[in-house]
This record gives sequence, structure tokens and C-alpha cells, in this order.
Amino acid sequence: MAKPKVAFYWCASCGGCEEAVVDLAENILDVVAAVDIILWPVALDFKYKDIKAMEEGSIAVSFINGAIRTEEQKKMAKLLRKKSGLVVAFGSCASLGGIPALANLTSKKKIFKRSYLKSPTVVNPDGIIPKTKSVIDGYELTLPEFYKTVYKLADVIDVDYYLPGCPPTPELIANAVNAILEGKLPPKGAILSPDKSLCNSCDRNESKPEDVEISEIKRVIDIELDPEKCFLAQGIICMGPATRDGCGASCINGNMPCTGCFGPTDSCKDQGAKMIGTLGAILEGEEEEAIDKVIEGAVDPAGTFYRYGLAASMLGSARKEEEDE
Amino acid sequence: MSDFNPKIVAFVCNWCSYAGADKAGALKLNYPANVKLIRVMCSGRVDPQFVMDAYREGADGVMILGCHPGDCHYRTGNVKALKRYKLLKKTLSQFGINDKRLKLDWVAAGEAALFQKVVNDMAETVKELGPLHITGYVEQGGK
Repeated sequence: MAKPKVAFYWCASCGGCEEAVVDLAENILDVVAAVDIILWPVALDFKYKDIKAMEEGSIAVSFINGAIRTEEQKKMAKLLRKKSGLVVAFGSCASLGGIPALANLTSKKKIFKRSYLKSPTVVNPDGIIPKTKSVIDGYELTLPEFYKTVYKLADVIDVDYYLPGCPPTPELIANAVNAILEGKLPPKGAILSPDKSLCNSCDRNESKPEDVEISEIKRVIDIELDPEKCFLAQGIICMGPATRDGCGASCINGNMPCTGCFGPTDSCKDQGAKMIGTLGAILEGEEEEAIDKVIEGAVDPAGTFYRYGLAASMLGSARKEEEDE
Repeated sequence: MSDFNPKIVAFVCNWCSYAGADKAGALKLNYPANVKLIRVMCSGRVDPQFVMDAYREGADGVMILGCHPGDCHYRTGNVKALKRYKLLKKTLSQFGINDKRLKLDWVAAGEAALFQKVVNDMAETVKELGPLHITGYVEQGGK
């Protein structure tokens, strides 16, 4: 019997998700023995035209990581959707928008201005900005369109399963691959990680006082972090209460607070708003003045509470300015 | 912009502000019909997700009305609402949403006239600001 065909593809991503696949270490040999990898741009040389020539549905599963930032990424996602039986949104960016979706708090115009004109490392005396079409010496050159908004994968194609994490852990990947190979799949649309909050399995839960009270919001650079005490009890914003479990608390074990890469649990629709709700209950202060003072410590609330979840949030992106329309 | 009729969602607490609104009704005090009241048991029950959802579903302004500080039926629910409100306002400003589009105020059960004033002022403010037009991926996504 022919081995099932598997594709790995990356969109707007950093390559960390590819690294996670490699982190399967020797287990990757089992995966390779069980499946045929037909596309993996980061590691193997295959051509898009070969994918286009394949029959519809002939790829068993496509693992797509990264957010959708450009026209090319959307096209490839659509192509893989057509050719695949299953599509798995791999990692935070494909699932929730991830770090690239933080760009939704600014505008395309501002991004181009910064990247191509103002950045101190850029020398661009003619002020050239990438265009989808330009003609040079009679030759027409094209580039994919850079969208005004960063989308999560599910905004542009139908997604069967989600593997959260920045990046997903080797355990979760192995579990997902095994479930697919054995045909033991959960209902469509499932997030392949436990549906409870990180605090549930956090070792520091024991150290959490009955009533956590934050009198001053601190950043990790401000204090020496206690390696055993609950971060919230130390005044550090830890996204644990609003974040899905399944990562093995790897950041906490490295004495860093959770930044929320696994996204919210099933019962929560907006991770950032949920975290605001949580903090509202534990920030100290009764009078407006005292409250204002504590909140001053939250220097970048949108970037902190929606670090990975902006494209999956209820608002999705900042209100677009007229100039960008 | 004069014919713009803003949609406003007001979360009102059961014990004070809803009673205040009720009294305003009994006294036949006018307030704009486009202010939709949603009764919750306490202003502390207003999850910031409710506010986000209201904007996403087309509200141009959102209000949270609760008992005066010290008067909360559940002791400190309104103080929690105040903290969430402050943090939420700061977050919304990063989303380009004018902070006047979110308002928290205290209205007691007997303050029918105050209820009318607070609601009318909000309607006026939002009318001046114009429609919100959330133009995120929600509308544009499209498969």
C-alpha cells in the first residue's frame, strides 16, 4: 500500500515551527517511514507545479504554519486545501495569528514607511516601496500583494484541526501524527491540546495565596524572579489563567511567565479580554487614583494580552485609519 | 452625519442601575431608543469579552452602569468593574477605539434623572464621534 502523503508549508512564520518538527529527533525517522513528505520548502526541494498537478484530496494531511500576510500565502493555503484530505493549522500563527498579527495594531502604510524608508539600517534615497507590479527596462516584475490585515489560517481556508503553541511541543506533534495515522481523530475543528487553563497543571499553583493582590505591575526585568512562587503573586503578568494547557509549562519551568502562545480554552472567545477580566479582580486599589497608578504599570496591554491571539480576537485588528483605506 | 443614529449597548446592574432605568421609565423620562439595556446581576459580571462582542456586533458605544462605590449589592463587584474598565479602555485605545466609546458610571435605584442624563450624554457623545466601523479581518476575511 502506498504511504500517505504529507505536506508541510510555511506562511508568515519565523521557522520555529519547522524547528519543532526537527525536534521530534529520532522519532522523525518513524514519521518518515510511515509517510511520504511531498512538500517541505524549508528542508526539501519540491516544486509548486508538482503540487498543482496532483489530484484533489491526494495529500492525506497538510501541516500549515504561519499567519496569512500576503497573497502568495493565501494562494498556497487554498491550493493545499484543495489537494488535502486534512489541513492542520500548525502553531500559534496559523491558529491565532501569532506574533505577525501584532502588526494588526498598526497599518500597512506605517509598516512600509518604517521598513523601507525610516529604519536606521535602510538606505533608500529614491524612496522605493515594493509594488505588486513594476516595469524595469521593459520587463514586468511582480510581487505578491501585502494585505492590510494579518489573517489566521481559518480566515482564508477551512481548517480541520489546530495544533497550538509557539511552537507546538514535540509531544503534541507526535500525538497528532499518531492520531492521524491511526485514524483516531477528535471531532473536526478540535484544538489538539487539553481544554483547561495552564494554571491547572502549573507547579506553582500551590504557592498561589488565597487572594492574589497586585499592588504594582512589574516586568521581568524589574525584579529578581522567585523560582517557585506564582508569577501573579510576584506582580508579574502571567497569561496562565487565560491560556490553554498542553505546553508542559516550559516557560514557567524556565522561570519565565506564560505569554499565552497556546491561546484560549474552548469556553473563551477572546483571550485578551479574558485576561483583562482576570486582572480586574486581582489588581489592588479601591479609589480611582490608586487604580490608575497600578494600571500605569501595564505599558502595552494589547501587546501583552493579545501577543499571539490578535487575529483570533473579537476585534481582530485595530480600527483602520482613513488614509489606509 | 446628522441622521446617524448610534447603537449603544448599556450593561446595567440589577440592583441599582436597572432599577434606576425602571424608575426613569415609570416617570416617563425620555432617553434614546437606540440605547439597548442588558440587565446583569452586577457590573462586576460584565466580562470584558461582552464589551468586545458588542463592538464586533456593531455597537458604536458601550456603557457599564453599576451601584455607587460602597453600595454594591455584592460588596466590591463595582470596584472590580472599575478596574476592568480602566484596563480595557487602555487596551481599546491601542485598537484605535476612542475611549469615549466606553463609559462606566454609577446610577442608584432612585436616580432616574441621573440615568436619563448619563444615557443622553453618551448618545450625544457617540453621535458626534460617528459610526465605529470595525474594519478588522472579521468583515474582510472571506474564504
